[in-house]
Amino acid sequence: MSKEHEHGMTVIVKTVTRLTVGLIFLYGIYIILHGHLTPGGGFAGGVIIALSFMNLDLAFGGSVSAKIFSKGSTAVVEALGAVMFLVLALFGLRYGGFFDNFLHPDGDPGQLISAGIIPLENIAISLKVGAGLFGIFLTLIVLQKFESEKK
Amino acid sequence: MIELYVLLGLMIAGAIIAVEVKNLLSAVVAVGIVGLGLSIIFLLLKAPDVALTQIVVEIVAVILLIRATLHRDIALKSCGSRPFGALMGILFLGLAVVAAIVTFSSGLSPFGEPLMTVSRFYPMNAISGTGATNVVSSVILDYRAYDTLGEATVLFTAVIGVLTVMRSVGKKKEEDLQENNE
Repeated sequence: MSKEHEHGMTVIVKTVTRLTVGLIFLYGIYIILHGHLTPGGGFAGGVIIALSFMNLDLAFGGSVSAKIFSKGSTAVVEALGAVMFLVLALFGLRYGGFFDNFLHPDGDPGQLISAGIIPLENIAISLKVGAGLFGIFLTLIVLQKFESEKK
Repeated sequence: MIELYVLLGLMIAGAIIAVEVKNLLSAVVAVGIVGLGLSIIFLLLKAPDVALTQIVVEIVAVILLIRATLHRDIALKSCGSRPFGALMGILFLGLAVVAAIVTFSSGLSPFGEPLMTVSRFYPMNAISGTGATNVVSSVILDYRAYDTLGEATVLFTAVIGVLTVMRSVGKKKEEDLQENNE
């Protein structure tokens, strides 16, 4: 067996994960971008994206998704989402008030590009939630790895 | 409405099993039953936004709990009989039942009624006011964006807390490992 198969779960799980993980990721992006049109939004979509990375981690062993999205970059992306949300709120001050929906007149209701700053806020929240939850997950896995090495 | 009661019974059973069962993995699975039932109840009550968030967060929580408990031997000690605790539990449960009977003796108002002035305003004006066809989104990200900011701050604080606490433990373990290797 190649070295790839030494960690993680069985070949069946790995194959199914390889087929589905992209679809899960796309579904998360869909939920985020359509958050102002259909049920869902930044929080749920961000968690779905974090779940796709967790799926990789569980199937292929601990270090695979950490190469794509390391613990340091989760912290950076999460902070970026928080700053983006706050900056959107502060831009509203220029037009009328904190969290003023200053882009609102653009676009018709029901279109993808509509509802002003709500889609942008959804994206900011999804970055925050997804990166934050995945960071927590990675932290717990690293802790467990040290424990199992100690035994 | 009967399916709501069936699901509620399933959730209560799952919660009791999660507390009483000896195997940790079984307890985590039983907790997952509670979350799944709650998600389906949200769907039946026509709250797809909350249902989606509930099921997704429940999956994350169950995965985290399984990863945290699967290879760990946590000794489950059955602590003996605690008559005082049981007595206080029964006492407060009885008080709660009495309070509920007194409060609701005149009958509960139907679900979702009376509609308050504020909550009547949102469905009427959300689409023209914000342009978002998902009214929930327009409430949490426009009318009530302050609340979302507070929620985001709570999550941010939680993540920072977890990263800080776990990082110190991890570093210490790393040093121990290096000392052991030397």
